[in-house]
Amino acid sequence: MLHWLTLMADSLPSLLWAALVFTVPLTLASFALGLVVGLAAAVVRLFGPAPLAAIVRFYVWIIRGTPLLVQLFLIFYGLPSAGIVLDAFPAALIGFTLNVGAYTSEIIRAVIGSVPKGQWEAAYSIGMSWSQAMRRTILPQAARVAVPPLSNSFISLVKDTSLAAAITVPELFQAAQRIVATSYEPLILYVEAALIYLALSSVLSALQVRLEKRLNQYGGFLEAKS
Amino acid sequence: MIRLSNIEKRFGDLTVLKGVSVTVAEGRVTALIGPSGGGKSTLLRCINLLEIPTSGTVRIGEEELSFQPGGKPGWKDIQRLRGQTGMVFQNFQLFPHRTAVENVMEGLVTVQKWPAEKARDRAMALLRKVGMDHKADAWPATLSGGQQQRVAIARALAPSPRVLLCDEPTSALDPELSGEVVEVLGTLAAEGTTMVMATHDLRLASRIAHEVVFLDAGQVVESGPSQTLFSHPTRERTQRFIATLTQQGQQGEGV
Repeated sequence: MLHWLTLMADSLPSLLWAALVFTVPLTLASFALGLVVGLAAAVVRLFGPAPLAAIVRFYVWIIRGTPLLVQLFLIFYGLPSAGIVLDAFPAALIGFTLNVGAYTSEIIRAVIGSVPKGQWEAAYSIGMSWSQAMRRTILPQAARVAVPPLSNSFISLVKDTSLAAAITVPELFQAAQRIVATSYEPLILYVEAALIYLALSSVLSALQVRLEKRLNQYGGFLEAKS
Repeated sequence: MIRLSNIEKRFGDLTVLKGVSVTVAEGRVTALIGPSGGGKSTLLRCINLLEIPTSGTVRIGEEELSFQPGGKPGWKDIQRLRGQTGMVFQNFQLFPHRTAVENVMEGLVTVQKWPAEKARDRAMALLRKVGMDHKADAWPATLSGGQQQRVAIARALAPSPRVLLCDEPTSALDPELSGEVVEVLGTLAAEGTTMVMATHDLRLASRIAHEVVFLDAGQVVESGPSQTLFSHPTRERTQRFIATLTQQGQQGEGV
């Protein structure tokens, strides 16, 4: 028992370091970039010309229909055969960004569509352009509805970054694997890694609650009431 | 002056407006009345181009725009015409994520690029006018329907439009709440605000409107000064419709 605790304490710094230097930046960067991709893809699907919308549909179909691990392998191990050689971290960043982009585009498309059409008309009626209406009227209302499903994607992403271990990114899970290789204590090390992932997702869940509270202050969509 | 000439609007195979021409004088209030599906809302929405007419000409003051089937008007042209109008919707459509005063400021700040302080002053003055200045910082969701509609009227007036368009402004309200909206619109009418309103509300139309246009099946059946048209409609179709409105009105008052 004491031996286990010592092992945990000894390995904690390297695991935390791996989380801090790889897991967290990879998560934040690919989620931020993925949201940009997702918003663009959603807008194209909702408002863009048919050929562009078809390309976006194809992108979402491919990403959602194939395993994330296979996508990462294709980018890191497959692309070099086509003359594109990427380091492990950028390869993972691209893979996760494309993945987040595809899933969040569906969420964003749905929440933009959930804002009543009358809100567009009200915005136009006071002279707003399409982009002003989008930015000032539609997106702020859509954002509120989007927080719970987007938080789901975000929390999934934190855990999914462990797949980057398979393409040699020395992130949290790979750091644990390395220590297991020398200590032969898989149970302890993997429990420890799991606890760190749990802590990270708990922080995100707490942030989600605070964000929802802030966005809920105005009480939601207006229904016609007399 | 607002002149709609030969407005035709088709949705696919359905022709909703069949060559409607209406002229509204400056400072006058015109009510568009008629059965549901008769085209009055569509006609109103053709004035600020929330619906683009299939053909015809819309003129508001100095600005004019003509439409042809298949031709799409440019964004600049739409804005030029729409900028002359303000609109009040049946379901208010306040921006729920902005307070009452922010709703009124929104067009001034975002579209006309006014400094926030100046916009707030004008918004407060307009809220005072509609009797809502005491709720300036309230969220729309906390206001009654009548209060929301009064804020919406202030929002529509903020950019000083040449004409105020009202699409069934009292239909979502019970008689008591619609009373406060009728009162505000009546004050505006008395001040010489040019208005075009689509309405089922006999109280609203008879009290405020100077002119009435009766639309049925996408055509103007009859139009004229409201006194004459309500008391002595000449067409049989108009008589029948006004008789039903009067009945409803009496039942409504009775309750």
